[in-house]
Amino acid sequence: MAAITIDRLHKRFTGQKQGAPPAVEELSLSIADGELFVLLGPSGCGKTTTLRCVAGIERQTGGDIRLDDETVNDLPPAERDVAMVFQFYALYPHLTCRDNIAFPLRAAKVTSAEIARRVQDVARMLRLSHLLDRRPHQLSGGEQQRVALGRAMVRRPRAFLMDEPLTNLDAEQREDMRAEIKHLQAQIGTSMLYVTHDQVEAMALGHRIAILNQGRLEQLGTPVEVYNRPATLFAARFIGSPPINLLDVTVTDGGLVSEGGLRLPAPDGPSNGDPLIAGLRPETLTLTAAGEDHTVDGRVLAREALGDETIYVVDTPAGPLRSRMPPTARHDVGDPVGLRHVGPPPPVYDPRTERVVEGKGAV
Amino acid sequence: MTADEEKPPAIRVTGLRKNFGDVAALDGVDLTVPDGSFFALLGPSGAGKTTTLRVMAGLERPDAGTVRLGHLDATAATPAARDLAMVFQSYALYPKQTARQNIASPLRARRLRPEQIAEAVARVSDLLHIERLLDRRPAQMSGGEQQRVALGRALVREPRAFLMDEPLTNLDLKLRVEMRTELTRIHRALGRTFLYVTNDHVEAMSMADRVAVLRDGRIEQVGTPMEIYERPATRWVAGFVGSPQINVLPCRFDAGTGRPGRLAGDGGWTLPAPSWCPEMPDGSPVLIGIRAEDLTLTPTADQPCLEGEVYVVEPLGDRTLVDVRVGEAVVRVKAGPTVTLPAVSGPAGPRLRIGVHLERAHLFDATTERALRA
Repeated sequence: MAAITIDRLHKRFTGQKQGAPPAVEELSLSIADGELFVLLGPSGCGKTTTLRCVAGIERQTGGDIRLDDETVNDLPPAERDVAMVFQFYALYPHLTCRDNIAFPLRAAKVTSAEIARRVQDVARMLRLSHLLDRRPHQLSGGEQQRVALGRAMVRRPRAFLMDEPLTNLDAEQREDMRAEIKHLQAQIGTSMLYVTHDQVEAMALGHRIAILNQGRLEQLGTPVEVYNRPATLFAARFIGSPPINLLDVTVTDGGLVSEGGLRLPAPDGPSNGDPLIAGLRPETLTLTAAGEDHTVDGRVLAREALGDETIYVVDTPAGPLRSRMPPTARHDVGDPVGLRHVGPPPPVYDPRTERVVEGKGAV
Repeated sequence: MTADEEKPPAIRVTGLRKNFGDVAALDGVDLTVPDGSFFALLGPSGAGKTTTLRVMAGLERPDAGTVRLGHLDATAATPAARDLAMVFQSYALYPKQTARQNIASPLRARRLRPEQIAEAVARVSDLLHIERLLDRRPAQMSGGEQQRVALGRALVREPRAFLMDEPLTNLDLKLRVEMRTELTRIHRALGRTFLYVTNDHVEAMSMADRVAVLRDGRIEQVGTPMEIYERPATRWVAGFVGSPQINVLPCRFDAGTGRPGRLAGDGGWTLPAPSWCPEMPDGSPVLIGIRAEDLTLTPTADQPCLEGEVYVVEPLGDRTLVDVRVGEAVVRVKAGPTVTLPAVSGPAGPRLRIGVHLERAHLFDATTERALRA
């Protein structure tokens, strides 16, 4: 087991267009021993390239990769002792689950008694014991991915590198496997670097999340931190569904006021008249009667009853705003309503830098 | 509704069967799509949704069954005679034409006068907010913009109904959420029938006023979104609709000392049966289905409870999903964003009690997997 250090990683592909930004630019991350660390971003953000540099499949053009104190830049993938799991299962179709899982140990010339014991241990953890004699085509997608995970685990590598391993599973299997991976990682305690473009997966899994955009670090934090206080407008837009409401506001008498009169608490620092952008999660806007103080009035544009909650889209002078309400809320399309902010002060952004405005006088 | 009584359904299919080789794609499908409704056909891939839509459109001939469109028996009609407009997940725009020309193409094919065409294009681009795109070619537009133009091409005619086959599939999540709102707005503005095929329960729930759930070429349930969510007809529907997936625990009915009896689960847990639980023989195997939001980590004093160990905690921002191991099963609980849990100690997570909102639970026959009702 090992900590992973990514130190000023830089990667430019040969043949990349002149002037195009590098795939990864000056990226520094420290993944603690035993941490489940998620790299999150849209396609092309550099997350998979970073993972492949850690694995040794790709050679960086600058910077270092360290496992604990050992710099592994010059080690081939096999000697780094890390295990990769991909979005496709890459199982041997003619081998049983048992033999697929045992494969890395056979290659490493482990004794057959030890192999049998370790395969059984892994199968028990992954609840695969009853499937060991089947071949991949006799298994569901989720079961195949568990076998692939077993094959990675059986070697007891220093770290797991996961490249969107749940992408090919259907929605229900994805939820179950997500929980399974998090539970297993906690049990085994081996560091895991996990790449995904799915923000829900990132939130659910990660102890910490690094959001990447165009090869650069946009934000680093715990799931709760990146959700409640996105560092940039990009991070704010990328996390959360339905998306965050980004609202033009002006500092007025110690508060923030939007077009249409929604009043929000202001952070310290900005002065009267400063234009800012407030980031309001849909659950921090609640529907009230129209015409109350400190609310913005509008009409219900759409009502999306999702069963456990209802999303309202309200057309207001400040633009269409989304509100997350309990399923018991009853407003119809076309109804006049007000929207009120609830909860702690929302993060606000400087429209020029697109960065969050820090609390203490830091615009 | 009086509108339904006055007008025949926009689309009615009865007894549809369709085999591809020895696979039954449609195995007796009956559907009535009310005029002016936003009707979703929901199911996993291979359920027969797209085949149903293609039979309605006349692109596929059924082996058996009838298709009626309004007053017209359309079973043998050509696609053109059916007067339906289709929107696909691939936008299928003409790459060398501007958005304006793409939108106008169905009207040019019908030899409308130029001023009529211009007026129709203006009306549609106003509705879809795409005026600024009209002189661009598809390559100069984003995926979402292209999908809007494709929609515009369907909307420029005034067909009997619009058939949409997973039109939002190729868009990213954020755009999909926005287009959901757009489609409901457009549907309301037009007042026309939308038949919408999707494998995404959130799309069906959020947009449709009626949903038909398909599975293996058969209709599993038809109802409003809330009926499907709150009164699923089968265990399968309960599992397909809703996220996180409903918790389903096998158990046995214990008649005990009298009504309503108890439910005894594998792994030793017991719960009182809901008050509405139908009478059944002692020992009957049943499945109890409980949605994550009908479980609580802060039960009231007299609330029936399950007990287990914390398995995984997933903070999702607006909520926290807490997976708890109860016997052999893992039960998912929806908790608030700032839930606090007992500290983890040892290899097993902390033990806790989960309150069950029992009257909102679902019971299914363990054999037929159909809902048991009072």
